Amino acid sequence: MATFLSREACPTIKNILLLDSEGKRVAVKYYSDDWPTNSAKLAFEKSVFTKTQKTNARTEAEITMLENNIIVYKFVQDLHFFVTGGDDENELILATVLQGFFDAVTLLLRNNVEQREALENLDLILLCLDEIVDGGIVLETDGNVIAGKVATHSIDDGAPLSEQTISQALATAREHLTRSLLR
Amino acid sequence: DYSPFLGIEKGAVLQEARVFNDPQLDARRCSQVITKLLYLLNQGETFTKAEATGVFFAVTKLFQSRDIGLRRMVYLMIKEISPSADEVIIVTSSLMKDMNSRTDMYRANAIRVLCRITDGTLLTQIERYLKQAIVDKNPVVASAALVSGIHLLQTNPEIVKRWSNEVQEAVQSKAALVQFHALGLLHQIRQNDRLAVSKLVTSLTKGAVRSPLAQCLLIRYTSQVIRESGVNNQTGDRPFYDYLENCLRHKAEMVIFEAARAITELTNVTTRELTPAITVLQLFLSSSKPVLRFAAVRTLNKVAMTHPMAVTNCNIDMESLISDQNRSIATLAITTLLKTGNESSVDRLMKQITNFMSDIADEFKIVVVEAIRSLCLKFPLKYRSLMNFLSNILREEGGFEYKKAIVDSIVILIRDIPDAKEGGLLHLCEFIEDCEFTYLSTQILHFLGNEGPKTSDPSKYIRYIYNRVILENATVRASAVSTLAKFGAMVDSLKPRIFVLLRRCLFDNDDEVRDRATLYLNTLGDGSVAETDKEVKEFLFGPLDIPLKNMETSLKNYIQDPLEEPFDINSVPKEVKSQPLAEKKASGKKPTGLGAPPAAPASAADAYEKLLSSIPEFAAFGKLFKSSAPVELTEAETEYAVNVVKHIFDSHVVFQYNCTNTIPEQLLENVTVIVDASEAEEFSEVGTKPLRSLPYDTPAQTFVAFEKPEGVPAAGKFSNVLRFTVKEVDTSTGEPEDDGVEDEYQLEDFEVVAADYILKVGVSNFKNAWESMVPETERVDEYGLGPRESLAEAVNAVINLLGMQPCEGTEVVQSNSRSHTCLLSGVYIGNVKVLVRLSFGIDGAKEVAMKLAVRSEDVSVSDAIHEIVASG
Repeated sequence: MATFLSREACPTIKNILLLDSEGKRVAVKYYSDDWPTNSAKLAFEKSVFTKTQKTNARTEAEITMLENNIIVYKFVQDLHFFVTGGDDENELILATVLQGFFDAVTLLLRNNVEQREALENLDLILLCLDEIVDGGIVLETDGNVIAGKVATHSIDDGAPLSEQTISQALATAREHLTRSLLR
Repeated sequence: DYSPFLGIEKGAVLQEARVFNDPQLDARRCSQVITKLLYLLNQGETFTKAEATGVFFAVTKLFQSRDIGLRRMVYLMIKEISPSADEVIIVTSSLMKDMNSRTDMYRANAIRVLCRITDGTLLTQIERYLKQAIVDKNPVVASAALVSGIHLLQTNPEIVKRWSNEVQEAVQSKAALVQFHALGLLHQIRQNDRLAVSKLVTSLTKGAVRSPLAQCLLIRYTSQVIRESGVNNQTGDRPFYDYLENCLRHKAEMVIFEAARAITELTNVTTRELTPAITVLQLFLSSSKPVLRFAAVRTLNKVAMTHPMAVTNCNIDMESLISDQNRSIATLAITTLLKTGNESSVDRLMKQITNFMSDIADEFKIVVVEAIRSLCLKFPLKYRSLMNFLSNILREEGGFEYKKAIVDSIVILIRDIPDAKEGGLLHLCEFIEDCEFTYLSTQILHFLGNEGPKTSDPSKYIRYIYNRVILENATVRASAVSTLAKFGAMVDSLKPRIFVLLRRCLFDNDDEVRDRATLYLNTLGDGSVAETDKEVKEFLFGPLDIPLKNMETSLKNYIQDPLEEPFDINSVPKEVKSQPLAEKKASGKKPTGLGAPPAAPASAADAYEKLLSSIPEFAAFGKLFKSSAPVELTEAETEYAVNVVKHIFDSHVVFQYNCTNTIPEQLLENVTVIVDASEAEEFSEVGTKPLRSLPYDTPAQTFVAFEKPEGVPAAGKFSNVLRFTVKEVDTSTGEPEDDGVEDEYQLEDFEVVAADYILKVGVSNFKNAWESMVPETERVDEYGLGPRESLAEAVNAVINLLGMQPCEGTEVVQSNSRSHTCLLSGVYIGNVKVLVRLSFGIDGAKEVAMKLAVRSEDVSVSDAIHEIVASG
């Protein structure tokens, strides 16, 4: 778990949530100790969901405050994306992380950004969360790069890529994804 | 709804995990099972210790597979299970192999997993590889090592600090995120070395920092350096300000905003410095992105608290934000406008807000109400429209917190703006006619009882109050009875009629209501049991000058161990127990152990009293009046740590020296403090209590007692020498040697000052307490305090000099204000209540002047307070 130092510390993400249209978990990842138990986490998710439910976050990412936290969020179909940070965090950094997460998921689900597709590819979503933030610290914010790192896996089924270099794999993945998007 | 996990069940999935043990691994199948396990964990399912161990061991088998996708899931699973130390050993070799793999993805992920689950001992084994990874040409590998370093620095700082050369090299990396992670780690390694941070900032602000995230970090570090270095006095320039200003023209919004925010938060920022930052924030206000508008308006809102004029340029943009879809943005815009608005714009603003209030949530409404309250205090002439607004929203629907915020605001306006009083009281009366919150009704009734009788026509409130007796629940009825009695006691013309009403309350079906009515009728009536009118009022309505917390503790003690004689309220200590600092720190830092003053428990005073009364020599000194906070007599981290607590009795003082021996090889015996009181003429030493033995790291006390003139706040300076016999200790056996050597250790001096004779005792309503003191005891004078650092510093200095309790939060000075009034209350030795009203003013040259007004129960004490200030 990351320790939250003063303002001089690195930008810190407290959690990333992906909920469905009823506020239920699709995938969540907590990086801070602010919500020590599962029930505390669920309560937080519930209040975040209720508070944002009626807003329109479908074209631009929206933003709100809750319990001294800043939450940026974006909705697509029946999926709700949230990124939470402390109340002195730079809002635009949080928004960048949200955008990276959202873009990567869009690529990985081949534009079918909806709950069922997300659950069917839950392994990709979980790997994606793992590649965005490590223990609260931002690892990568570019959706293409994140999806590329995750996708080395999804195209692996037939071809043994184990000895391929990551840049090669990335190139293949991008190509693969672009092709699938253009179809 | 269809879900691939429909009907999933933990037991079944754990059974399925047996496929991990198959000799011929089916990678795809194994991946699916891991996904199911991760799904369960993600939904909040927990595994028992045995289940987790089982899964962990099974998962380790999967390292045999060369399937890259499966390996990724294995990494994820190990991190989620977070295995125990003895389990970690099982995977260590597999992970170390992956760390040295030719596949970059393996290297990066193995580093992250291993660093997550490792402990210090393993870390030394893999340190070499981590250092290499930091400078790896693959950015993903380098970032993995750097980010792991940031986490490990918390647990194993001494190891991570050895990597600075590699980290420094990584700061120069061409890969954007590597530079970001390296910068973050390098700064954390060096954060306690000001010079190094300053050098880092100097070199990087000149060069090219590539990623916006790294740029944001650099801005944060730069602000830190600016904060610590201050303004250049000759040129008036701030170092690095140019860099921040340049960042306002960066292409990434993230960086522009970070820089703008950093500029607004500079200490003592000037208008010239602020202007460019405000300009970019103003542009953000009309952005199409809600996040950008929010960030900008939130920052401007903060700026408006200290520099309202600098924000007025944005008022037009702010006004258009009142209709923003995002209500957080709208609320921030409104409250900013309320802070920057001038007297002429108030009415227009209120009109806009009225429409706005109906469609926001309570939490936003409270923020608005609070902003309106401060606006009203700023423009008292506008009280009419603001009070009207408050009374209107008071009538509308709303929850408790919201209604409470409105009522509190009206009460504050009534208290501070005399003209608003009568109207405000009537608004409150109307509110309690239909109020569902018992707490608010009783608070208002209490307030009405204090303020109502002093108005021009007190009789008009009676109807509202008596209605409560007829219509409400017992709690409200009881407090209405008290309010009626207050009117009866204060307004003679109403007395007979009030008595009629009170007599009716004698038939109430609630005990408390009947009891109160009986009490008031018997004490205020003609056949009164008390002698004088004044005494009665003091008894019934006078303030309770004892902290309720102390009262509660004393009563609990009394009930636990009841005595023959009745409980004596005078036995309750009056000192306000300040929250010890230690408590705040406790959560963050470990106690330093050595040399740290014994953490004062919440009831330090009780503990001292108990300790002193247990020493027969001091038992005859009578009741302990006050104990000071510990004063350190040694520097931190010296051989012996000593601090002193001053205990004040009526005609004695006792110094309690808390000593700690920080040398393991020594045992101290016969420890005493030799006190030289030649600069404290009124004191004469009457006895000491030596400390027999002081072993290593076991705090203990020695005492010295002095006699002084009775009831007199004698002051003086004391110099101290610690004298003891020191014996060498064999640390392997812990046995001291037989022979010791006499030795002395010089301690710092300390003083007994006037503040030691004043107890911090707060009053709940300063104005009432002040007015209840005889005006003839008032002593007023003016003092020049010379040039001071700031107004706040001057106010604090006077509070500390007097050692009195600040009331109603008046110890806090608004930044940038040029004048301040501070209210203090206390009890002077001899149990004399004393109140102080301090008015401060500061001019351009930072010269501070102060007017000091004192009232007390004894004129000589008022004079004594002036003497303290005059000689301080």
